[in-house]
Amino acid sequence: MDALALLQIIESGLRLSVPLIFACLAGLWSEKSGIVDIGLEGKMLIAAFAAAVAAFLTGQAWIGVLAAVFASTLLGLLHGFASISQRGNQIISGVALNMLAAGLTALLGNVIFKQGGRSPPLDGAARLPELALGQSAMTILAISAVLLTALALARTRFGLRVRAAGENPAAVDNAGASLTRLRYGAVILAGILCGFAGATLSLGQAAGFLPMMTAGQGFVALAALIFAKWRAWPAFWTCLLFGLLDAVAIRLQGVSLPGIGAIPVQAIQALPYLFTIVLLAGFMGRAVPPRAAGQPYVKER
Amino acid sequence: MSVRSELGGALPPAIIFDRIDKRFGAVHANRAIQLAIARGEIHALVGENGAGKSTLMSILFGFYRADSGRILIDGQESRIASPSDAIAYGIGMVHQHFMLVEPMSVADNLLLGHEGGFALGGGRKALLARLDVLARDYDLAIDPDAIVGELPVGLQQRVELLKSLVRDADILVLDEPTAVLTPGEADRLFALLRDLKARGKTIILITHKLREVMAIADRVSVLRQGALVGTYPIAQTHEAALAAAMIGRRVQMPQRADDAPIDTPLLTVQNLSARDARGRIAVMDVSFTLRRGEILGIAGVAGNGQTELLETLAGLRPHERGIVRFTHHDIADASPDDLHALGIRHIPEDRLRYGLVSQFPIWENCLIGADAEESALIDRPAAIDDAAWMMQAYDVRPNNPLLRAGALSGGNQQKLILGREIEQKPQLLLVGQPTRGVDIGAIAFIHHRLLDLRAQGVAILLISVELDEILRLSDRILVMHQGRIAGERRAGETDERDLGLLMAGIA
Repeated sequence: MDALALLQIIESGLRLSVPLIFACLAGLWSEKSGIVDIGLEGKMLIAAFAAAVAAFLTGQAWIGVLAAVFASTLLGLLHGFASISQRGNQIISGVALNMLAAGLTALLGNVIFKQGGRSPPLDGAARLPELALGQSAMTILAISAVLLTALALARTRFGLRVRAAGENPAAVDNAGASLTRLRYGAVILAGILCGFAGATLSLGQAAGFLPMMTAGQGFVALAALIFAKWRAWPAFWTCLLFGLLDAVAIRLQGVSLPGIGAIPVQAIQALPYLFTIVLLAGFMGRAVPPRAAGQPYVKER
Repeated sequence: MSVRSELGGALPPAIIFDRIDKRFGAVHANRAIQLAIARGEIHALVGENGAGKSTLMSILFGFYRADSGRILIDGQESRIASPSDAIAYGIGMVHQHFMLVEPMSVADNLLLGHEGGFALGGGRKALLARLDVLARDYDLAIDPDAIVGELPVGLQQRVELLKSLVRDADILVLDEPTAVLTPGEADRLFALLRDLKARGKTIILITHKLREVMAIADRVSVLRQGALVGTYPIAQTHEAALAAAMIGRRVQMPQRADDAPIDTPLLTVQNLSARDARGRIAVMDVSFTLRRGEILGIAGVAGNGQTELLETLAGLRPHERGIVRFTHHDIADASPDDLHALGIRHIPEDRLRYGLVSQFPIWENCLIGADAEESALIDRPAAIDDAAWMMQAYDVRPNNPLLRAGALSGGNQQKLILGREIEQKPQLLLVGQPTRGVDIGAIAFIHHRLLDLRAQGVAILLISVELDEILRLSDRILVMHQGRIAGERRAGETDERDLGLLMAGIA
């Protein structure tokens, strides 16, 4: 493989990892605060859809991004209401969110565009422009988000309290901080980050919205989060690795390997997901999630 | 300090609880409690489990809100709706179950809720300076970068105490602070409390150990069933009077007979090692024998491998290496089922986790682990009758087998488990913390039954963090420290101080 091909793989790998990075950070904030978020997928999907609709209607990509953030945060608040205020089961709420997003985007897509759920192709100012090396502004935003997340968790009051909330909510309550506000804060942050993830999908990587275009990336982001043991920089590297793998898989399509012949496209597309399973099952030490994650906080009695 | 105090005028009490009343559903946890805590005193609060001590303190700290009544601080009516309000009034609390975030550093734990701004840098610097002062003033040195979960329990408690001190609390509430300490550590804590008192702090000490009350408190208040029985200056009361006030009657604690015949070894353990849930070695080369008609007590500060030892012997935890023999059977790898077949029964430390299904009715709980009958079907009326009989025999109240097991008090749950296991006629009984969270009446009952079993020739392995219990019941005592047997003593040849040194790993 020549240097140019390698560079192309790295470029496209980085580009493909951007939505994963956003979603992974979203999961990180949510789970660090003690709210398990398997609704990353649904939030990304609804964000991708909202972005495509708004960008199509206004012709402006940045309005699309705003719409994505708004829609995803709204969905996140729904999860927050169920799991923080109503102390519901966070897994069930997350599953419900994913189903809601899948159904809602298909339905609304059909009603608005009448093209089997997909949006018309976007072009020009309705898409995120490429700055350099195949990257849009979202790549810079994603890397900044990693940096800010790592900093905020370690060095700010909010970060400290979020970390404590996920480990021992009673200690936060006892220290005089509002657990409810903290967790809502974290859930909103997760909503915003998923908004960026979704907008990147429909305005950057693709030229419009396709039904189920997230294709499980929200779950891959969750896997990356576990592999990264809930830490920001390792999350970045893990997502980058997944992105590169995706890029390699795309590159391998149609390539005939010596002795094997042409590999079926489906087998190649399955590679990143297979890799996820292998990674989670074997090649990692013990990953200890935030201790209170998934448990609604109820004072004794 | 107010002008009045400099003039030597009468200070208002630090805290007045004025007709504090609180109900949790059907439970009347605090009944119009009227109590004044003087400034600068050590005030002990005693009472049985469920007497309302912790509820009262949780109201003071803003965890719960009283249904009625008010709290006056320094003579002024207070508004305490949350822990942050209580902290603002200068109230600090050392919880029995520490409110610490284990994976975080000592400094982060101390900063939490008190960060001093958006960025942590400035607050951290101020905190370190404050810690230096406290370390000098009170001899409370601690490494601010240490991870709390990796500290020994005594130091974790220090962190919990420092949380109050760095916030300049004037009023300190300590909830059962010696439950996790060796006698030596408890003495050092008491010295510290006297020091704090000498510097003008007001201290409320919740405890159930009357000896400690007599040793350190200025005054003591007794709660029973949510009501205040009375407040007494220490000089005018004694342990027996307090115990009677706590339970409303006198209780005779049973005493072990000295003369029981000791038979051949029943249980032999050689070089047993096992790991804890995190995969660290928790039991290290433990060897002992246990004979028929003998109670072998295992003492130690909580978390020194006793739990893992008990679980390993009970077939709940795999062993790493070593030999465990029951008569001539090798039981190192035996399952609980195998052990039952041999007549080995287990009363677990954590009765709600391993002992009962709290959502199930009592009669169903009585069937769990009972020897399998020929029929796969449950004869419901007969099972309920059996349960009712057993509850009668073991004084489980209220005597209604249809109640959820979780609805029983801790003492009654424990009597239920005890009854269920004893009725299976064991030859060897493995017992963990049989009286944790159990009231004095039930403790006396449980001790009676264990001594009865001993007289019948049953071998009993008793693991307990209560030295009183160990000393009263055991024929021999092993002390565990960091997973190893730190020493062995015969009953009557040792005392609390001697065991305390072994528990601390000093002797």
